[in-house]
Amino acid sequence: MLEIKSVTCVKQERCLFESLSFALDAGQIMQVEGPNGAGKTSLLRIIAGFANADEGEVIFQGHSITQCYDDFAAELLFIGHKTGVNGQLTAYENVCYWLDVHGYERATNIYDILAKLGLVGLEDVPVRTLSAGQQRRVALARLWLNNAKVWILDEPFTALDKRGVVMLQQQFAQQLSRGGAILLTTHQDLTAHFSALKKVVLEYRH
Amino acid sequence: MNASHSYWQLFYAVYSKDLTLAFRQRAEIVNPLLFFLIVITLFPLAIGPEPALLARMAPGIIWVAALLSTMLGLDKVFRDDFNDGSLEQLIASAYPLPLTVLAKVLAHWTITGLPMVLMAPVFALLMNLDTQLLTATLLTLLIGTPLLSFIGAIGAALTVGLQKGGILMSLLVLPLYIPVLIFATSAIDTSSMSLAYGGQLAILGAMLAVAAVMAPLAISSALKVSVS
Repeated sequence: MLEIKSVTCVKQERCLFESLSFALDAGQIMQVEGPNGAGKTSLLRIIAGFANADEGEVIFQGHSITQCYDDFAAELLFIGHKTGVNGQLTAYENVCYWLDVHGYERATNIYDILAKLGLVGLEDVPVRTLSAGQQRRVALARLWLNNAKVWILDEPFTALDKRGVVMLQQQFAQQLSRGGAILLTTHQDLTAHFSALKKVVLEYRH
Repeated sequence: MNASHSYWQLFYAVYSKDLTLAFRQRAEIVNPLLFFLIVITLFPLAIGPEPALLARMAPGIIWVAALLSTMLGLDKVFRDDFNDGSLEQLIASAYPLPLTVLAKVLAHWTITGLPMVLMAPVFALLMNLDTQLLTATLLTLLIGTPLLSFIGAIGAALTVGLQKGGILMSLLVLPLYIPVLIFATSAIDTSSMSLAYGGQLAILGAMLAVAAVMAPLAISSALKVSVS
């Protein structure tokens, strides 16, 4: 579904990775590993189409994403370090806004999903008053409310408690079982077992 | 992506989010307006309260004050969305970015430009402006302030990635405001001579039409550069 073809990224005259190639098929989960500064986030941002690769290209369903970015964006869910949650808005408003700008119907079960994520009673307070983990949960509520084929998640487990990590991995399994693909970076190993787990290891290069 | 979801819903979602945020932090609406008022009241103190002189200078003062107050809110248009990552989410949406941008620029105008147009008659009283000149000033402000928002948003989008882009943005944007200022004050001058000033208004209108179509495209490209 998603193919990365000899992608090279150079930042501040340091080559982060060179001629990196791999493919991600439907039902697969791929974990990008590497020490801090190895270029994991840069790689994810190139694949999501926010940054351009110095060389190489990213192919989605047979087309380069630079040529048909809108088609790719329609099937993409990206959650980065900066999650896109507005601190002034409430959890409910944040979820609704995200659904609106991505063209999803406002599901009737938004409150149920927020409750499932442990945000009962906090749906209507400004998100900035919540803890870091709760703010992350507001962003992650999107994973229950989309039908994107490709999920790109940069450190999704940051600030989450153990129960949150388990719940997130159950949702990963759900995405894989309906034929989606997941690309994520994380420092801890996934605790759940995924048979379709692939890994890409980036070395820190000087 | 659901087909029943129209572009209008996207536009409304972005526009209403920005307005909601502005109403939650009232300073965003009140500050430019207060600044506008203060600049205007400083002039009679500085040049003397002579009614004829003030009336002669009023349109120019109101327009320069409007330019400066527009700049106040511009930095905020994309800054918060850039900092919290919403901008990336908007880019990674299947909807065309220029449409989103159009909604954000119009929201900025509703928050800063429209209150100035509405308050201008009150401020004009302070400056001893007569009805004929007031009509001309209001018309130019009505067409001119959205134009200021469109042009300014290009500068805001280019500098959003910088830590302290505010001053650089002013340097980029203010020279581009000169044509707007020239035609607006020329229209007001013409009206003071009781001549028809439809021509200048038409040129301002034409500039607004071009800006409304072209600026969102330029802003979208600038935002993509800033995010990468």
